Amino acid sequence: MDHEKMSKTIDEIVARHGDRKPIVAILQDIQEEYRYLPKEALFYLADKIDTSIAKIYSVATFYENFSLEPKGKYVIKICDGTACHVRKSIPILNALRNKLSLSETQKTTPDGLFTVETVSCLGACGLAPVMTVNDKVYPAMTPESATALLEELK
Amino acid sequence: MKITDRKHLDQYRKEFLAHIDTQKKKVYVCGGTGCVAGGSMEIYDELKKLIEENGLNCDISLDSDACEGSIGLKKSGCHGFCEMGPVLRIEPSKLFYLKVKKEDCQEIVEKSIVDDDIVERLIYSRDGIQYPEQEEIPFYKHQTRLVLEDCGQIDAQSIKEYIAYGGYTSLEKSMFDMTKDEVINVITDSNLRGRGGAGFPAGRKWSQVKAQKSPVKYVVCNGDEGDPGAFMDRSIMEGDPHKMLEGMMIAGYASGATEGYIYVRAEYPLAVERLTNAINQARDIGLLGENILGSGFDFDIHIVKGAGAFVCGEGSALTTSIEGNRGMPRVKPPRTVEHGLYGKPTLLNNVETFANVPIIIDKGADWYKTIGPERSPGTKAFALTGNIVNTGLIEVPMGTTLRQVIYDIGGGIRGGKKFKAVQIGGPSGGCLTEEHLELPLDFDSLKKVGAMIGSGGLVVMDEDTCMVEVARFFMNFTQNESCGKCVPCREGTRRMLDILEKIVAGNGELSDLETLEQLADTVTATALCGLGKTAANPVKSTIKYFRDEYIEHIVEKKCRTGNCQALKTIYIDKGLCKGCSLCSRVCPVNAISGKVKEPFEIDPATCIKCGACIEKCKFNAIKEG
Amino acid sequence: MSAINKPRTMIVNGRPVPIEGEKTLLDLIRKAGFDVPTLCHHSQLSTFGACRMCIVEDKKGGIIASCSTPPKAGMEIKTNTPRIREYRKMILELMLADHNRDCITCEKRRDCELLNQAQRFGVDTVRFETYSMDGTKDMSSPAIIRHPDKCILCGDCIRVCDEIQNVGAMDFVNRGSNMEVMPAFDMPIAETNCVNCGQCSAVCPTAAITIRSNLPELWEMLNDDNIIVQAQIAPAVRVALGDDFNFPYGTNVMGKIVAALRKLGFDEVYDTATSADLTVIEEAAEFVERLNSGEKLPLFTSCCPAWVKYAENKHPELMDNISSCKSPMEMFGSVLKEKAKKDAAGKKNNKIVKNIAIMPCTAKKYEIQREDLKMNGEQVVDLSITTHELATLIIESGLNFKDLQPEAVDMPFGIASGAGVIFGVTGGVTEAVIRNVVNPENRSELDEIAFTGVRGLEGVKEVKLPFGEERVLSIAIVNGLRNAENLIKAIQSGEAYYDFVEVMACQGGCIAGAGQPFVIGRARPERSEGMYNADKMSNVRTSQANPVTEALYNDLLSGDNAHRLLHYK
Repeated sequence: MDHEKMSKTIDEIVARHGDRKPIVAILQDIQEEYRYLPKEALFYLADKIDTSIAKIYSVATFYENFSLEPKGKYVIKICDGTACHVRKSIPILNALRNKLSLSETQKTTPDGLFTVETVSCLGACGLAPVMTVNDKVYPAMTPESATALLEELK
Repeated sequence: MKITDRKHLDQYRKEFLAHIDTQKKKVYVCGGTGCVAGGSMEIYDELKKLIEENGLNCDISLDSDACEGSIGLKKSGCHGFCEMGPVLRIEPSKLFYLKVKKEDCQEIVEKSIVDDDIVERLIYSRDGIQYPEQEEIPFYKHQTRLVLEDCGQIDAQSIKEYIAYGGYTSLEKSMFDMTKDEVINVITDSNLRGRGGAGFPAGRKWSQVKAQKSPVKYVVCNGDEGDPGAFMDRSIMEGDPHKMLEGMMIAGYASGATEGYIYVRAEYPLAVERLTNAINQARDIGLLGENILGSGFDFDIHIVKGAGAFVCGEGSALTTSIEGNRGMPRVKPPRTVEHGLYGKPTLLNNVETFANVPIIIDKGADWYKTIGPERSPGTKAFALTGNIVNTGLIEVPMGTTLRQVIYDIGGGIRGGKKFKAVQIGGPSGGCLTEEHLELPLDFDSLKKVGAMIGSGGLVVMDEDTCMVEVARFFMNFTQNESCGKCVPCREGTRRMLDILEKIVAGNGELSDLETLEQLADTVTATALCGLGKTAANPVKSTIKYFRDEYIEHIVEKKCRTGNCQALKTIYIDKGLCKGCSLCSRVCPVNAISGKVKEPFEIDPATCIKCGACIEKCKFNAIKEG
Repeated sequence: MSAINKPRTMIVNGRPVPIEGEKTLLDLIRKAGFDVPTLCHHSQLSTFGACRMCIVEDKKGGIIASCSTPPKAGMEIKTNTPRIREYRKMILELMLADHNRDCITCEKRRDCELLNQAQRFGVDTVRFETYSMDGTKDMSSPAIIRHPDKCILCGDCIRVCDEIQNVGAMDFVNRGSNMEVMPAFDMPIAETNCVNCGQCSAVCPTAAITIRSNLPELWEMLNDDNIIVQAQIAPAVRVALGDDFNFPYGTNVMGKIVAALRKLGFDEVYDTATSADLTVIEEAAEFVERLNSGEKLPLFTSCCPAWVKYAENKHPELMDNISSCKSPMEMFGSVLKEKAKKDAAGKKNNKIVKNIAIMPCTAKKYEIQREDLKMNGEQVVDLSITTHELATLIIESGLNFKDLQPEAVDMPFGIASGAGVIFGVTGGVTEAVIRNVVNPENRSELDEIAFTGVRGLEGVKEVKLPFGEERVLSIAIVNGLRNAENLIKAIQSGEAYYDFVEVMACQGGCIAGAGQPFVIGRARPERSEGMYNADKMSNVRTSQANPVTEALYNDLLSGDNAHRLLHYK
């Protein structure tokens, strides 16, 4: 990573957040920029906002949405809220994982194209089961339609 | 353009209304998350194109000049009938079209926009009766939409429409015609109770914040609707954002706060977009900012996005998360009203609570109390999901019975199955059974039977639902979302989950049930925060009402619903088996054996219950049970 | 009696107890004579409320955490109902299920709070499966060892490291049942900004963080005839070791320590207070020089290694302001090694000399390894053991400590001034330096300053001191690195000006070092009093008046040697 460019990016992000420097919001912006939280960026941030790196790491690992590893180009989230669960969302998850050779621990394909994860209720319960690809909602999915969508995205 | 005083606002309101009156017809295309996912925005674009092609003026968001006889085309909020989406509504005829596709647009424009006809195949029909008007559909007919009144019937992205239809008059009234105490008195008199869970009286909270001496105070709106199966708040934020903002501003005025924060779940990007838009619009015309309408009251609102943690719905976790920390609840006292966001007195209510405020200020406490029971008046929005005919978002007066909700509005159980239970209030709620069908849904009645409204999720379960598995599902959620701070919740939920997993896997022992109850009792009594204290509710209520199912799983190693895979047995009905051997050939573990032309047999010890044989058998001789 | 004068009382276990300003039910219940168990509560730290062991039951059957509930007049609570006992037992069972239970071999077996409570509440079975313990220990630090399998996630270490020390070397990571305490990215602790103060281990209720023991190496040395084993005993050790042998808090057991060490096989036993006198002389000279030149002020003290490391991490810009003097321990080590070299010159078959420092401190274990303190590439102090390790050494040896007859330290370094002794308490270094800087004729004035400004266990103290004809010196004394940080910010923003700043990392100074028998919030006043009593009893009150220092400057420390041996830069 180009350190100078990175430090400039982080400086700008921090400046956007005023005096209170809320870590969560700053990390969201960093993740928006890099699609994950690069270690180097977190160390730089710790110095910049005069906070311990342990605290930043602590916040980053508390929230589901932060990722310390690069995510795929397409982030697929399968809703496993109550409504989706009772309408069989897990078979969709399994179908996608099978198709992409992913697992509970291996969430991103080696080519960096797809990340597959579950998400607690998206609030689109009327359309269950749903999944999202980079925040676009796909309603009433089946294992077949989900794998078909992969082909489309490729 | 800045609106600088009250007269000015009134003048604009009249102008906007006059503009709307020039619209011959108004078309509301649902822009809620559900319908958008179904393609409603493509429908919107297509309609716009076709309307213009038909030589009509298409009027969007009152931003163009008024033109007599134009067609108003609007992106509305969620209508609540998500399963039937994408939906659209046409006024003044109140026509309601369901499951609209792009291909339908041409016909809709020709018949119902240019002409006054109906596209029959797109209207709701049930039991042979057709319901062209939205309000006549049973799903809507039995509702009382107060908070959601405009949701679906107003342009969700236009502050002008909101103002035209009387929006921000309650803020005006509060700032100019009432003292702070009068505002709080109205809220107190109305008996409005917080819609986020425990039902704490809003007026009392407001006056406690007002009584604090601190010069800096905050209003915080909890939009972290984390309960799986609940999306009432999302719909309000997306569909009628200004109503909620107005409620927050009134709260700010009454309590002496000048800054507001809305904490929105990260999973609700559309809500963030609509709220951001609404706040910007309000700022642009001076309804947020300094010296609002010349009243001397300053107020601004910021949006903070959650980052994926259910526990942040808890008040102190939410405020510390806004500050940028790990969302771990803290011990109380001091309470949030004294020591909340950034250590300052904080008025924290949820989205639905704030959305009630402008209505109460407008119509008065006495009017409000005519809806629902005296001690929990008003309405409540519920997200109706699960094995029910009509899933969707509904709003009913507090005190409506469960039966009315499930059968009159929800249309009963899907597929003619028998009703078994309903999980109310999300993972921290409890389940209600047949014996509770006549129970009025309000804070106090539910508390008496060990359940709670929570944020208002209603998941309906039919006879085929295994209640032990339901408990396991919720416990899995709760233990996954436990913040990990206090021992009972962190360790207790995990151990309860372990036991439930053991039971559904067929390895449970009777002593496990006792341990489970002890754990549930300890966690409820000793956990640090409200979420921890209620974490064991699904376990407690399923044991209370469905103890026999637990015993069955443990002693007979049987799941009567067949939900628990591990407890299934697959057997061959000897009377039906022709001995064709197909099943034994498809079995991946060689569990089936026999002589050709004689009945085959399955070795239950080897069988992995994959079901491949069942699919393969041409004689339906292989059964589960 | 009028309503106003009526005492506010509440009922604890059926008996009235007056409310006298207690902030929490916990304080009130303890005042009433009942101990309520806690695993995440320290009065010096913020209230966390996570262990839930301190629950009590109110009149209506409500369960309340006493650590975080203020007392209210008329309230009725019970602390030992069957329900509460059951809940506590279950909570302990849950904690133990996820805890490495090798208690017999655990280094904390003598004083593990979790084990104590499990015994107290009769936890006789753990019904839950223990998930795999991964067995890893972080041994990277010379001062502390982390053993995550024993962590109960009370967060005490995190709070002391952040709230008191402003270091934040560790924090919670992940959430729910995946939560752990660790440095960022699970780095070895030695690679973090840890300053080795060891306060995390002092507050840890289990053995999740312990102090690295160097006793095995020490036993080797003591049993090797080819090694001359020297001991130097830091001032604060003498008023704390007694805790481990049931002496009243603050008892000065220096004489017994000397006797014990001789019996254990130490060949020479010295008092670090003697070299503290050298520190005072050198630092006072440095201070006067800087006052005259007006440069590099304020002068920050350098005897606390945790503070020096903190400054290196966080305030490299201050390094020039920090005194160039070595700490008393290092000065003594240098002098003794130099003397040994000199004595050995020209002789054959010399024995190896090893210098063992007995310190209240864990950071000293790190300090002795610092490259910039080595002479000819070798450590001048070979081992640093804590007071607590000394107690263990004595117990392991089977010596009856209580009945030992006191003995005096060895010559030729057998005298220490009272000024050297009080190094062990916050403000002590300052007072010692002041005694040297101020004209001895102003003695009465000095005493007044000592008692009104310098002494006392507050986190931040300020004193003004007349110097020369017109000048008034401004002096600050801080303990706790967060207090130091705030002071530095005030200095750097121009809000405050000081000529001299004493910084000690531990609250109260070395008497509350992490190597001492556990003290947070306890025994500090008694230990402080013990130090000042020793000073009062001393015949020599200023460092300059110590005949040992005079002899040294005339001999070993003559010429350039003083700077070479006593300064690190």
